[in-house]
Amino acid sequence: MTKKVLIADDEPNIVISLEFLLEHNGYDVRVAHDGQEVLDQLPEYQPDLILLDVMMPVRNGFEICQTIRANPEWQGMKIVMLTAKGRDIEATKGLALGADAYVTKPFSTKELVERVRELLDDAA
Amino acid sequence: MTHVRRSLVTLALAVAGAVAFLGGSAAVFYASLSPADKEAVSSIAARKGVVLAMLGLVMVVSLGVLVEFLLRRYVVAAHALVEETDLILGPNPSRRVHVAGTPEFRALAQAVNRFAERHQELQDAVAERIRKAQADVEEEKNRLAALMSELAQGVIVFNTEGRILLYNSRAKYLLSAAPLGSAAENGANGGRASKADGPGPSPLAGGLVGLGRSIFGVVDRGLILHGLENLQHLLQDQETTLISQFVTTAPGDHILRIQMAPVLDREQAITGYVLTLEDMTQAIEFGGRRDALLQTLMETTRSSVGSIRAAIENILEFPEMSVERRERFCTIIRDEAVDLSGRLDAGAAEFSEHVRAHWPLEDMRARDLIGLIRRRIESTNAVHTHADEVDDSLWLKIDSYSVARALSYLASRLREECGVTEVGLRLGPGPRLARLDMTWSGMNPQVETMQRWESEPVSLGEGANPYSLREVAERHGGDVWHQMDPSDGTAYVRLLLPVTQPDSGWDVRVVRESRPEYYDFDLFHQPGQTPQLDEVPLARLTYTVFDTETTGLHPSGGDEIISIGAIRIVNGRLLQSEVFDQLINPHRSISPTSIAITGIAPEILVGQPSIGVVLPQFHRFAEETVLVAHNAAFDMRFLQMKEEQTGVRFINPLLDTLLLSAVIHPNQEVHRLEMIAERLGVSLVGRHTALGDAILTGEAFLKMIPLLADKGIHTLRQAREAAEKTYYARVVY
Repeated sequence: MTKKVLIADDEPNIVISLEFLLEHNGYDVRVAHDGQEVLDQLPEYQPDLILLDVMMPVRNGFEICQTIRANPEWQGMKIVMLTAKGRDIEATKGLALGADAYVTKPFSTKELVERVRELLDDAA
Repeated sequence: MTHVRRSLVTLALAVAGAVAFLGGSAAVFYASLSPADKEAVSSIAARKGVVLAMLGLVMVVSLGVLVEFLLRRYVVAAHALVEETDLILGPNPSRRVHVAGTPEFRALAQAVNRFAERHQELQDAVAERIRKAQADVEEEKNRLAALMSELAQGVIVFNTEGRILLYNSRAKYLLSAAPLGSAAENGANGGRASKADGPGPSPLAGGLVGLGRSIFGVVDRGLILHGLENLQHLLQDQETTLISQFVTTAPGDHILRIQMAPVLDREQAITGYVLTLEDMTQAIEFGGRRDALLQTLMETTRSSVGSIRAAIENILEFPEMSVERRERFCTIIRDEAVDLSGRLDAGAAEFSEHVRAHWPLEDMRARDLIGLIRRRIESTNAVHTHADEVDDSLWLKIDSYSVARALSYLASRLREECGVTEVGLRLGPGPRLARLDMTWSGMNPQVETMQRWESEPVSLGEGANPYSLREVAERHGGDVWHQMDPSDGTAYVRLLLPVTQPDSGWDVRVVRESRPEYYDFDLFHQPGQTPQLDEVPLARLTYTVFDTETTGLHPSGGDEIISIGAIRIVNGRLLQSEVFDQLINPHRSISPTSIAITGIAPEILVGQPSIGVVLPQFHRFAEETVLVAHNAAFDMRFLQMKEEQTGVRFINPLLDTLLLSAVIHPNQEVHRLEMIAERLGVSLVGRHTALGDAILTGEAFLKMIPLLADKGIHTLRQAREAAEKTYYARVVY
């Protein structure tokens, strides 16, 4: 079965690349442009993995992460935090709040795809 | 007049005695006569009785006149001489007694004057020796004063009761109530009408920093107590570095870094504290702007490079992609690259303007920090605390005041909204940053509620702190988040805080050795301003000597105050730099007499603030002092008339130099200010301005204190009671 990935980022230039990349790697991809859109799409779409930008309008990535982890039904959902905040304390915070991986921009697309695959294979 | 009255009684008795002696002599003479002679005398007496009685009366009257004459010539003159001699002996050694009266008194007066001459010579010699000794001390003091005035830091020394003993002008500037520039603004904005009622330039010379004033008037009480607590614990732990550091805001949006060190006596007991103040406003502003700039630059750069890299890697990874797709990716790369170049240029330009600065943080041991936070949480919230694991080897670089307050605030929210009664604290090392956790169990708040608590400004009992827990964490270059485990109901808030290696810093023993002993350190033993004030010796009290000028003499008839002048007396010194001097717009006409006396023309008063503005300021100036005025009843009446309008009441203890003068010199009839001044050897300068008269009154008052002591009047209560007894106390305006 095709795995579902939700890309949550408000920067169109990175979203285009990520969407293309993941589709070409055989995933079902949807896009959310702010925190609220993410929460709106989650119950219906039920992605296997979410690429979550920290700095988003309306609700930031940390909040989304905590909300997901607070819901017992979504415990299996993988969260990869994607951020321009480069400090290691933010990475520490993201992981502490329940993210499975924390990727700092700029990143290698190859490594990102590998990371996504690893996480989804683990889940399978 | 009691001496004279007693003398009168004595003399009246003497007259009566003389009359009785004459009568007795007559009776004895009569008894010694033969019966025939008795009959002859009786018949003469019967016939010439009226004449005899007249003679007797004339004799008694002339005796009385003689007595009266002698009384004036000798007894009253003697008392006057005594008073005059006392003046020479006391306040005015250059005065000489008036040579007049009988030859004996002239001789006596001349003898007194010769004695006074010798006395003065002797005094001058002693004074000269003292002057020489003082000159050395003075030089040393000036060296310190010069040093202190050159310091870029503010310095304030205060005793354990919080009374200021020493300060420099930098400290006064940093803590002064009126920020620079406010006066200019008033002048620029205010039209004529609003200007008259506006605050005007502050009459407080140097705000409320003053010798003998309370430190709590200028630095937040909570901060000082926080510093004291830190120092007490350092002392208990026998630390060699006794210094506490914190950051506070001052008037005019200054951010001050304050270092606090104790002054110890030989027994290592704390007798006072030294505060050094440093203005961090600019440094922090620059630092904050630089940090924000750097962070924005980093994030946008990462973001742009991220987009470029993803796009180019896609192009290379999927060469078979459509032409449109490829072009789309190329456009992204160009747009992001152009964007990035622009931001880098702007950022570099802005960055070069700023200097490097740090938010001031102090070094603190983990154990001390946890102890401090626990005490603060328990004392402000009645929430129990316990320490879990605390890594004792850790030293943190921290603003402990803000951290303790922020956590205490969170504990108070938890208690009020979730009924949490106990929190735990643990502190352990992390990668680069230490973890400080506050844990609790029981009912947990919503994620959103916790987010709000983390980001709203801390507001606790004594004053609000504008920073939220999140901002406090970010200021430390750390972060904060909370985690809850719904399964067992436990939760914690985690703060990441920077660690450091302790350095020795400023050794307080140096301070101890260089303590400037020649200032007003007597104030170390100053009693607190309490109801026991009454038993305090007059020489030890702090006074506000004041005077008012008015439109006329009838406060209840609508006359108004047009000027208030005041000066402070601390430890027997008139402080020329701590004065209050303010003209007031009376909003009415001024009597020609008043204009003639005061020299204040009505035009001068038009732009001045009104009494409603000035009186509360004067009230603050006079706070916690004993008021002194000449003919105080008059000035007080004017102040009392304004109680309702201004909402301030002057409940300070009050002394009146007019009454005190009457206590000291009961035989002098005139107690006008200039007469008193002349009597006490105070020179008359700057009369008939409120401040000039206040200074004159203050100088006279200082001369009176030892004279009152000679009369057995030492304390405030004794002075007040003696003043009450004098005749003048019954004068009502």
